[in-house]
Amino acid sequence: MSDSGSPRGSAGGTGSGTGSASGAAPMSEMARAAIAAGTLPRRWGALYVAEHRTRSMGAYTGTIIATGIGNPVVYLFALGVGLATLVDADVGGAGADVSYLTFVAPALLASAAVTIATEEFSYPILGAFKWNPTFFAINASPISPRQIVDGQILSVLVRMVPSCIVYFLFMLVFGAVPSPLGWLSIIAAVATGMAVGAVLMAYVSTLQTDSGQIALLMRFGLTPMFLFSGTFFPLSQLPGYLQWIGWISPLWHGTELGRVFSYGAAEPIWLTVTHVLHLAAWLVFGWLASRRVAARRLNR
Amino acid sequence: MPAPVIVASDLTKRYKDFAAVDGISFEVAPGESFGLLGPNGAGKSTTMRMVGAVSTRTSGDLRIVDLDPNDYGPEIRSQLGVVPQADNLDVELKARDNLVVYGRYFGLPRKVVQQRADELMAFAQLEDKVKAKVDDLSGGMKRRLTIARALINDPRILLLDEPTTGLDPQARHILWDRLFRLKEQGTTLVLTTHYMDEAEQLCDRLVVVDKGSIMAEGSPAALIRRYSSREVLEVRFGSDRNERVAGQLAGIGERIEVLPDRILVYSEDGEAELNRITELGLRPLTSLVRRSSLEDVFLRLTGRSLIE
Repeated sequence: MSDSGSPRGSAGGTGSGTGSASGAAPMSEMARAAIAAGTLPRRWGALYVAEHRTRSMGAYTGTIIATGIGNPVVYLFALGVGLATLVDADVGGAGADVSYLTFVAPALLASAAVTIATEEFSYPILGAFKWNPTFFAINASPISPRQIVDGQILSVLVRMVPSCIVYFLFMLVFGAVPSPLGWLSIIAAVATGMAVGAVLMAYVSTLQTDSGQIALLMRFGLTPMFLFSGTFFPLSQLPGYLQWIGWISPLWHGTELGRVFSYGAAEPIWLTVTHVLHLAAWLVFGWLASRRVAARRLNR
Repeated sequence: MPAPVIVASDLTKRYKDFAAVDGISFEVAPGESFGLLGPNGAGKSTTMRMVGAVSTRTSGDLRIVDLDPNDYGPEIRSQLGVVPQADNLDVELKARDNLVVYGRYFGLPRKVVQQRADELMAFAQLEDKVKAKVDDLSGGMKRRLTIARALINDPRILLLDEPTTGLDPQARHILWDRLFRLKEQGTTLVLTTHYMDEAEQLCDRLVVVDKGSIMAEGSPAALIRRYSSREVLEVRFGSDRNERVAGQLAGIGERIEVLPDRILVYSEDGEAELNRITELGLRPLTSLVRRSSLEDVFLRLTGRSLIE
């Protein structure tokens, strides 16, 4: 449908001249004013949404900073230093001879990203549809559902990326990053968090009410994922009939990817590519599904 | 007459088999205050959502500020201020910040938004609540803040869905006063309500909507003139006797309506009708003569009262 004569042809703005669209009746002053006013929101809407959301996060800045610093200190110390005194087996994977701290650190980093994602993409999303329906308010402005979703994702990045950088700095302090490419594990972690978060957002957006589904998902979905994604021990240690959990878990893929970067864990290149593709698939699926569900819910 | 800002013709919205809005047509002129009056579930809110360019019509035509919402949703919404039925202020933000954040959605520069936020907090009589948490505001204050938020983009049309539902009488009057000021300034108002007094206060013209269709259209006074009498006599004989007594009232008034709790006698002179009733030897428990209202119009048109 791109016949230039139709009035739809001018949807993107008046390409030629000022106003009078070719063929169709000239546009009225109020229509032109509206089209001019729609330009910026159409272009930057997602950023406006992110701006709003980051402002709301201001209400719990304290928590964000406390967990951002407290988490790495506590976990790296407890597991990497404490538990490590008991763990003596070769955990680094084929060929690599690394400390338990080095082994577990990239997994903890990815887990931290996933934790942030589960916080930001669960109750706050359902809340914005239901308890404090700010999404409906935003949607009444020039902003579209797709921009609302994109803005959420951007705003979570605003929290997640610095948190992961801080985490990584603590990993450095603890001496848990032998490889000079180690910083790439930050990207692996953020990708993991976003992959889980996007799918979680899509699911939560479909909920009409919360009668415990989110809590259930946390307990029986996310917690097992932490335990069985090669976080604390290699996936190969699990009995074969449980290893599939790791294979479908974005956390396992993200963790393994992080290990490749942080200490050069040896694995075939096809596997590394699989990690990347797996995370990308979750992210893209979750993102698109979230947009779809939001549009259906907001524009009934 | 200037070109209308809203033109709806045969506008229809179906959800599966149910037609929430069933072929309604109306126009709204710039600066006009236009109302949709009807009971809950009449299709008012659905109509408002279509006019607000957030709900896609199933069929019919709709143009807002001369644009089709199917193609120009964001552009149309940039010209609207929307006050929804249920407050959806962001409770995580302070009162004034709600306006600031919202203004950004229209692509307004921060400086402009800040200045307008101050003006609107004053307009909403909330100057001393600038830093208040939304949850600490009263119902009336929240409504006023929502209206202030809806005005942040200096909208051409303000859509209000049940603006005073759930407010106490005093809060309603404050709100009406604010809306009246907007009307005086030439803002186009489109509002839904199931309160006839609200419609009478605020609307230049209204449509009575029931079951997704328009039953009547006109100014409040014209509708009353056309569908009701000048006065109404309300008599109560006790809930178990109303029906029985009504049988004896033949020939009294222009028309009689029997409700479960009272009998309405439509007449040009209510007192005279009351005298005739007492002459018949009937003793109502209570009686009251009042002017006809839109409630009576609605009752006449649908056989039901507005608030059930």
